[in-house]
Amino acid sequence: MAVSRPSAAAPQLPGVVVGSPVRAERSRWTNAVILVGRFMRQKPLGAIGGVIVVSMLLMAVFAERIAPYGYDETIRGARMKPPGPVHWLGTDNLSRDLWSRVVYGARISISVGFLTIAVGTCLATLIGVSSGYFGGVYDIAVQRVVDAWMSFPFFVIALSVMAVLGPGLLNVVLSLAVVITATSSRVIRGSTISVAQLTYVEAARAMGAGHPRIILRYVIPNVMATIIILATIGLGGVILAESALSFLGFGVPPPYPSWGAMLSGSGRTYMYRAPWMAIWPGVAISLAVFGFNMLGDALRDVLDPRLRGSHRAGRGG
Amino acid sequence: MLRRYVAKRLLVAIPSLLIASMIVFTLPRLIPGDVVQLMLEEKAYAKDIEELRAKLGLNRPIYVQYFEWLGHVTTGNLGESLWTRRPVLEELGRRLPVTLTLGVCAIAFAILIAVPVGVISAARQDTLKDYTARSAAVLGLSVPGFWLATLVIVLPAIWWGWRPATGFTEFSQSPLYYLTQFLLPGVILGVASSAAIMRLTRGMLLEVLRQDYVRTAWAKGLAERVIVLKHSLKNAVIPVVTVLGIQIAQIIGGTVIIEQIFGFPGMGRFLFDAIVQRDYPVIQGVNLIVVSVIVIVNLTVDALYATLDPRIRL
Repeated sequence: MAVSRPSAAAPQLPGVVVGSPVRAERSRWTNAVILVGRFMRQKPLGAIGGVIVVSMLLMAVFAERIAPYGYDETIRGARMKPPGPVHWLGTDNLSRDLWSRVVYGARISISVGFLTIAVGTCLATLIGVSSGYFGGVYDIAVQRVVDAWMSFPFFVIALSVMAVLGPGLLNVVLSLAVVITATSSRVIRGSTISVAQLTYVEAARAMGAGHPRIILRYVIPNVMATIIILATIGLGGVILAESALSFLGFGVPPPYPSWGAMLSGSGRTYMYRAPWMAIWPGVAISLAVFGFNMLGDALRDVLDPRLRGSHRAGRGG
Repeated sequence: MLRRYVAKRLLVAIPSLLIASMIVFTLPRLIPGDVVQLMLEEKAYAKDIEELRAKLGLNRPIYVQYFEWLGHVTTGNLGESLWTRRPVLEELGRRLPVTLTLGVCAIAFAILIAVPVGVISAARQDTLKDYTARSAAVLGLSVPGFWLATLVIVLPAIWWGWRPATGFTEFSQSPLYYLTQFLLPGVILGVASSAAIMRLTRGMLLEVLRQDYVRTAWAKGLAERVIVLKHSLKNAVIPVVTVLGIQIAQIIGGTVIIEQIFGFPGMGRFLFDAIVQRDYPVIQGVNLIVVSVIVIVNLTVDALYATLDPRIRL
């Protein structure tokens, strides 16, 4: 039992009693609540962003339960009805409930956002860490390609890649991931260079650790804060870019509702008679991006204020 | 020293530009669907597909086509459109001024709004003005330009029966109208850049305002206006210059949609139409010009930065 008892010298987290798993579990939750509470007090705008993000996530996950109608369900006698108690956001020119379409649209935006960031960040980490760690000719060559890639406007390259891949959810993810990889890898490379020069990496090398072990055990965990911040900040930009691609007809094909596509196509001619068709999808995009941007900014300030002013993922439109 | 710095940057830019030219050349050729087949079906330019391929020079290995294209580019020949058979450079010459005017309007609007708001926000940190400006900036970054443009076209038409013109008036028809027609799309295009520049101005100014020499200025009893505008702002806007390159790139990207919505015959619309029609020479030509413009802007920004802040050259 002596092992589980806290020793006088061992540091102890406040509220955590070693040797009592149930209480320790509860304390962990309490700590999480305290942390969230502190974050909300210190960063009220970030907290608002957090609430919006959580709402969007719930909309995306529980779309079937939240939406009163199917995203492609035609409601008889409800063509271009204004917002009201039955159809909260009104209906469109094909008699479909706009609220239901906006709710289902969250699924596209959130899926594209998270998948793109996951793929893009993994690629960026691979390129950035290897380039920063190995240096030399490899670094010079990789960075020239990154330079070239970064010379293209974000939206132009996304559009060109989409033209190659064709419409579709996975293709949107790939095209946007390719774009964010370049900018993110540059920042990750910078962090890797500074971490790779630290004494503990040198010590690991002196102890005979190989490159894979040094990278996985010492470098990546120490650039993780940068990676997390880049991922959070990039989400808003990716959602915005997806909506712009969909607006131009290069996104997820109909009838699945994407917020950007809801603002374009045949519906545009009816917007003069049913302006709600022009308003709500745009409100949804702006709110989602606003939420992710606010949360991302606040997290960056809390996790690593040095990254303030670093390049934000580009935007289209 | 400055010359050496610029030369070094130029040396780095050349290989990047070459790699970019390879991307520019290869990317449109990966587009699925054969443009030759499409042309043969729609316009019947030749007897059969092989004849048309040979006519267009598409039957040779891709690297041969690349080097030939690069050779032509160095002599100022960007090829001709597969569809209209008109030289790409001639078409670009007609369209570039439209996009440039739109871009200049956007960046001018962005700077005119962003710098004063950024200064007020920093000088009144953590007040209602600051919170309002910061929230407005994040909102500016969040609102899609194509939605703003849609609202600007739809809502006034419903409320007041007024609709902004979505056609295009040439300079020769009415010089005054030619310029005023860029204002609305320019403002919409500049909103996001304005928000980004405002945030950076505020951040940089806050850093400068905490420095010792500013404290000395306060101790000397100088007026706030003099301290902020004369002593601090000059140093704070130096890093702001560096983001102009990024902002210009974003604005060029944004023109693709804005020109489409407002019906402007600019480079963005040209590129979009070319992508839809798989017009390789046009896609290559527009992308190459865009990349070159951005590389030149970034080089100028670097040189400007080095001139404004000599520490960079060290």
